[in-house]
Amino acid sequence: MSALAVKNLSKSFGGLRVTANVNFAVEPGERRLIIGPNGAGKTTLFNLITGELTPDAGSVLLFDRDITRLPSRNRPHLGMARTYQIITLFPRDTILRNAMLALLGLSPLRWNPFAALHRQQHLRDAARAALARVGLAEMAERPLAETSYGEKRRVEIAMALAQQPRVLLLDEPFAGLSIDERRDVRSLLSSIPRDVTVVMIEHDMDTALDLADRITLLHFGEVVVEGTRAEVVADPRTREVYLGE
Amino acid sequence: MTVRYALLAAAILALIAVPYAITEQYYVNIASQILLYAVFALGLNILVGYGGLVSLGHAGLSGAASYAAAYLLAAGHGHVVAIAGALAAGLLTTAGFAALSLRASGISFIMITLALGEIIWGLAYRWISITNGDNGISVATRPAPFGLSLASADGFYDATLIVFLIAVAACAIFVHSPFGAALAGTRDQPRRMNALGFHVWMVRFWAFMFSGLLSAVAGILFVYYNEFISPQALALTASAEGLLMVISGGAGTLLGPVVGAALVVIVKNVVSAYIARWNFLLGAIFVLIVVFMPEGLVPGSVRLFRAAWRGARRRKPAAAAAAPASMPAGEPKP
Repeated sequence: MSALAVKNLSKSFGGLRVTANVNFAVEPGERRLIIGPNGAGKTTLFNLITGELTPDAGSVLLFDRDITRLPSRNRPHLGMARTYQIITLFPRDTILRNAMLALLGLSPLRWNPFAALHRQQHLRDAARAALARVGLAEMAERPLAETSYGEKRRVEIAMALAQQPRVLLLDEPFAGLSIDERRDVRSLLSSIPRDVTVVMIEHDMDTALDLADRITLLHFGEVVVEGTRAEVVADPRTREVYLGE
Repeated sequence: MTVRYALLAAAILALIAVPYAITEQYYVNIASQILLYAVFALGLNILVGYGGLVSLGHAGLSGAASYAAAYLLAAGHGHVVAIAGALAAGLLTTAGFAALSLRASGISFIMITLALGEIIWGLAYRWISITNGDNGISVATRPAPFGLSLASADGFYDATLIVFLIAVAACAIFVHSPFGAALAGTRDQPRRMNALGFHVWMVRFWAFMFSGLLSAVAGILFVYYNEFISPQALALTASAEGLLMVISGGAGTLLGPVVGAALVVIVKNVVSAYIARWNFLLGAIFVLIVVFMPEGLVPGSVRLFRAAWRGARRRKPAAAAAAPASMPAGEPKP
């Protein structure tokens, strides 16, 4: 059984095929890196997997369950969490409240119009614990608008982790970070326990290479090479895609 | 926190004291109007301020409730039936509005609610067998709950105040609840809320229903206050006025719509007695608010007050430090 499988997935925007018959399977606990140059269709692939886009053909399986037609809002409830390449957080709220919203998304409490949210101690504690994992517990009460870009990145990851996903999709978690911040995020990602399957997008080959068990190279919406880290790096087609030889 | 509760208690006492402090009936009636429009604005604010969904058709919702109450009373039913029927009519209309308009957001949402509001207005104007058209429907009596007559200005004010306080409390509980947080989340990041497992459409739908419930309550107060309903109360200007109350007072705050309602009602009824072109004055006030306090009167005043407070505290120790030195300590930095 694979944690996440994509079968014959295709998507076109008008005449442009952004995802062309993509197939791959990620084993439980695996770290999969999806690389490809800009415009390779990586984020589109993520949006198809999370259901924000509907594929023209093919299917998406989460632990062998076909979720292709499942509304995207139901997928977190099955253990799928994602982060966004462009920071997508709640700027008017504190860091803690951002994390609490992530927890609320999976809680039946989210429909309750009578309870006081700030009195939900178990939610607060769980949110603090999630923030502690990414090293932000100290600044939990700070408004999100007053945090740095690198801290926002970590909030993104904390919110995804707070939902205790079985499959975690990270869309360019290193985008726009300084060298120091990259190091922090890298150690944070390598600390994620192996009961979480991680699929990560990165367009720069070197950044996340050491985090990956297997690598899928995407180019013009197609899978060009797939294999272990060494196999993909050594493959002449990888050089061709990245160096244009 | 205790200061907050003390202020709240003082405000409630002041509101209770209004009919005793103001002996002139006319002004007690103005106070009743402020409160009933405040209930309307509070309902609209749930959608506009907390949901980020600007509706230009809310007078259609309160109007549907007003007409239902007036129609049932004119048909000879009692007040309980009329009020229950009005709430049902208001909520049904709201459900229809929500189902049609929540397919969109932003400008499209505004346009759909505007069109729906105009449809309700058109029905009130043209469906003469039910609504009596332009002539409207008169309501003979006000209800007398628990034997307390609402016929006098004071009696009606007290009843409106109770409804208003319940509405404020309901809004306060709602916006601080998990559901209220979810609604604010769909305003700020609908896409992320969806990815976090929230049903964005359904959250907005139930928020719309709550907003419509408050609009219906305001509609019932309105028809009893005027003892009359005509299509004019459902016109686009009525919806726009509600929006003006919410935005001028401060959208997305609890107190803002109340202050906005007071502002609009006072300018419209009191100032208009002295200034013939009160519409111009209201427009000018609105422009000033948008220029100097774009976030609205309530949050804007809080911001100015805080800045002044901080400035005063900074000046005090600075003055104390500068006085004994009594020598030029260089040019102050700009």
